[in-house]
Amino acid sequence: MFWRKKDKAADVAVEEQVVQEPEVQVEKVVEQLPIVEPTVVEAAPQELVKVELPKRNLTKGFKAVFSRIKFDVENLEELQDILIQADFGVSAAEEIVAEVKVRAKKSGSRTEAELKEILTDLLTEKMTRSDVSLNLDSGKQPYVILVVGVNGAGKTTTIGKLANYLVEGGAKVTLGAADTFRAAAVEQLETWATRSNSSIVKPVSEGQDPAAVAYEAVEKAIANGSDVLIIDTAGRLQNKQGLMDELGKIRRVIEKNLPISEVLLVLDSTTGQNAMTQAKAFTEVAAVTGIALTKLDGSAKGGIVYAIQDQLNIPVKLVGVGEGINDFGFFDAKEFAIGLVGEK
Amino acid sequence: MFGNLSERLVETFKGLRAKGKLSAADIDATLREIRRALLEADVSLEVVKTFIAAVRERALGDEVSKALNPAQQVVQIVQEELVVILGGEARRIQFAKNPPTVIMLAGLQGSGKTTLAGKLAKWLKDQGQTPLLVACDLQRPNAVNQLQVIGERVGVPVFAPEVGNGKGNPVSVAKDSIKHAKQKQFSVVIVDTAGRLGIDEELMKQANDIRKATDPDEVLFVIDSMIGQDAVNVARAFEDGVGITGVVLTKLDGDARGGAALSVAQVTGKPILFSSTGEGMDAFEPFYPDRMASRILDMGDILTLIEQAQKSFDEQEASAMAEKMAKDAFTLEDFLDQMQQLRKMGSLKSMLSMMPGAGKLKGQLDNIDEKEIDHTEAIIRAMTPKERRDPKILNGSRRLRIAKGSGMTVTDVNSLVNRFEQAAKMMKVMAKGGNPGIPGMPQGMGAMPRPQVKKEKGKKKAKSGNPAKRAAEISGIKPAQQGNSGSSFGLGG
Repeated sequence: MFWRKKDKAADVAVEEQVVQEPEVQVEKVVEQLPIVEPTVVEAAPQELVKVELPKRNLTKGFKAVFSRIKFDVENLEELQDILIQADFGVSAAEEIVAEVKVRAKKSGSRTEAELKEILTDLLTEKMTRSDVSLNLDSGKQPYVILVVGVNGAGKTTTIGKLANYLVEGGAKVTLGAADTFRAAAVEQLETWATRSNSSIVKPVSEGQDPAAVAYEAVEKAIANGSDVLIIDTAGRLQNKQGLMDELGKIRRVIEKNLPISEVLLVLDSTTGQNAMTQAKAFTEVAAVTGIALTKLDGSAKGGIVYAIQDQLNIPVKLVGVGEGINDFGFFDAKEFAIGLVGEK
Repeated sequence: MFGNLSERLVETFKGLRAKGKLSAADIDATLREIRRALLEADVSLEVVKTFIAAVRERALGDEVSKALNPAQQVVQIVQEELVVILGGEARRIQFAKNPPTVIMLAGLQGSGKTTLAGKLAKWLKDQGQTPLLVACDLQRPNAVNQLQVIGERVGVPVFAPEVGNGKGNPVSVAKDSIKHAKQKQFSVVIVDTAGRLGIDEELMKQANDIRKATDPDEVLFVIDSMIGQDAVNVARAFEDGVGITGVVLTKLDGDARGGAALSVAQVTGKPILFSSTGEGMDAFEPFYPDRMASRILDMGDILTLIEQAQKSFDEQEASAMAEKMAKDAFTLEDFLDQMQQLRKMGSLKSMLSMMPGAGKLKGQLDNIDEKEIDHTEAIIRAMTPKERRDPKILNGSRRLRIAKGSGMTVTDVNSLVNRFEQAAKMMKVMAKGGNPGIPGMPQGMGAMPRPQVKKEKGKKKAKSGNPAKRAAEISGIKPAQQGNSGSSFGLGG
C-alpha cells in the first residue's frame, strides 16, 4: 500500500483499489503483510488517499537446511555447523545454539522435532520487525527509492520487478538511470522500464556524472507527477572510497529537492560474511533503510541477514527469487524461519 | 569488525611466535583459531574440516617438535597446505593445436562473466592473439549490448547475431560463431553465456548443449570472490552439469576474504587460472596459487607487483625522466606523465595491497582516493604549456583562472604547486643517487620496485657514499608528506 495526495488522482486511486482487489494472489494462505498503519497521515496537511498494492507471497525461496543431518539435544554442535553452512556466521551460529540450549533445558525438550520448533520460534522471534513495509506513506511525493549495492548483486533486475509491482498497484513510476558506468546498464534499465510501463530518465551522454542524472530524474519525476521515483546506481565495491563518496553525493543532490523515502541495499544471497561489511559501509554513506535479498531461488540460504538485522538494525524488506518480472516478494520472518528449519 | 584472513592468522600466530616449543594443546588452540578465521573468511565448512585435519596431522608429527622454531613451522605448514588446496602450480590457458581455441565462460548471475569476457579478450589480444567475443547471453536484458560496448572498448570484434532479451537460441549462436571464427581466422573464441543457477536443470542442460556445440578447449567457471558457504554447492553443480576445466575468481579488489577460492579449488579439483581485480579492462591477472597463499598469510605478493611494474614502465621514458631529474628540468608536464605511468600499473590501491604487510595498512589503503589523481590531472591540464614548464610564473590571477578551468579551488591549485615543488626537490635527490623510496608511502613500504629507474640511476652516477647524509636529506622531505597516506609523489593531501 502507499499513500498519495487526494487532489492529484483520488478518483483514479479509488477505482484502482477496486480493480486491484481481484488480483490479490491466493496461491497460498499466508499471513497479511506486516504493514504498520501510518498514524501520522490523518494529521498531515494534505488529505491522503490510500492505494492498495497487490499482495505478494513467496511460493519459492527459503530452503530447508536440515535435509541430511539429524540432531538432538546431545549433539547441538551439528546444529551449529548447519547454521554456519547457511551463512549465519560463526558468532551468530554460536549464539543461536546457546539460546536453543537454554530454551530446551527450560522446557525439557529433547527430540529433534521439539528442538526444531524451538529453533523456528527463536528465528521468527529474533527476525520479526515492524518496519518491513516500504516507506511510502509520508505524503511527500514523489517517493524516492535509491537502490545501491555491489557489482552484480541484482540492482537493476530488482528495480524492474519493483517498478512493475508498483505500476500494477496503480502508481506512476519513474526510473532514474544513474548507473552511467557499466556498459549498457542504461539500456538494461530501459528494457525494464518498457516491461513495467514506467518512465525513465537517462543520462544525456555516456559516462555523465550520476549525480546529475539523479538530479534530473528528481526534477522530471516532480514535473510528470510520479508517485514513486526509483534511482538505479552503479555497482560499487564498498572498499572503494571514491565510489562511495560519489554515492554520498548522489544522495545529497536528490535531497536538495526531495526527501529520500527509502535506500534499498541489494544483497546477493549467495554472498557470505562480506555482506555484513557491505551493509555497514553502505549504511555509513547512504543511510540504508532496507535490504533486498536477491537470488534466493538458488541454493544459497542467505543466513547472513540474521546477523545484519541483529547488529545493524536494518530490516530485510524484499526478496528476489528469479529473473521473471513477478519473481519477488516481501520478506516475512516466519516464512524465512519455517523455510530454513523445514517441516517440524 | 574483523580484518582480512591474513590479519586473523597473523593475530593467531602472535601467540605462537612468543613460545619456543609447541605442545599438542598449543597446536589445537591455534587450529581452533585458524578454523574460525577460515569460516569467517567464507571457506566452506567441509573444506575447513579437511584443511584443519591435514594441518593437525602434520603439526603433531615430528617435523614440528624437532624444528628450531616450531611456530614458524606451523605457519609453513598452513602456507603449504593452502597452496595444495589452491591448486599447486600455476597453470596457463590451454590453446588448441588447430585454431580457434574456444573458451567458454559459465557461472551464476552477477558473477562478472561479461566484464571478464572483455578483460580476457584484451589480455589475449595484448599477447598477440586475435580473439572473437561471442554473445550467447540472450537472457539478461541488454547483455548482448553490454558485450558489444565492451568489445568496442577493448577493440575486439563481437559475434552477436541475436539481439537477446529472451529471444534467440544461444546454442545455435555458439555453433555459428565457431564457423565464423574459422572463416575469418580468429585464433581464440570467447563464448559469454547467460548466468544460471546450479539447481536450474533446464539452463544447465542448455550450457551443456553449448559446450557440445562448441567443443571448447577451456570451460572457465566464473565465481564471485564474495560468495559464501554456497560456493561448494554451486561449484559442484557446474562441475557435474557442464564440466569445467578451470576457475576464474572475480571482484578480488573488494575486501572479501576470498575463502571461496579455497572451497572451489578443493571441491572441483580444478585450478584457478585468473583473478579479476577491478573496474578497468586491465584489472585482470593470471592466478598464482603460491602467491595467493602468501597473500592470505600476509606475506605480500611482490612478484605480481614487479611484473606489473615492468609491463607499464616504458624504459625510454624512464631514462629520459632520470636525465631530467638530474638536470633539475623536471616540470609539471613530466609530473603528469609520471602519474599516468603509475596509473598504467593499475589502481594504486590494488598495487599497494600486494605489498607485504599491507593487511595491517588496510585502513590507510582504503583512504587513498583515486579521484585525487583525476583532480591533479585536471589542474595541470588547465594550465598553459608555459605554466606547466615554469610554475614560478603562477600568480594570483593565473591560479584563479586554473582553478576555474579545472573546477577546483585556488587552495587546491596552491597545494598542488607546493607538492610539486617538494616532489621536484625529492626527484633531484633521488636522481643524484638518493634513496629511491617514495615519500608519503607508509613506513616500511618505501621501496616500491621500479627497476628501470633504479638501473638508470646506476648508469648516471654512483650512489652517495654517505648513508647518514642521504637519510637526512630524505627525512627532511618526508614529514611534510606524512599525511598523504600512501599516495605517490605526495599527491592527495
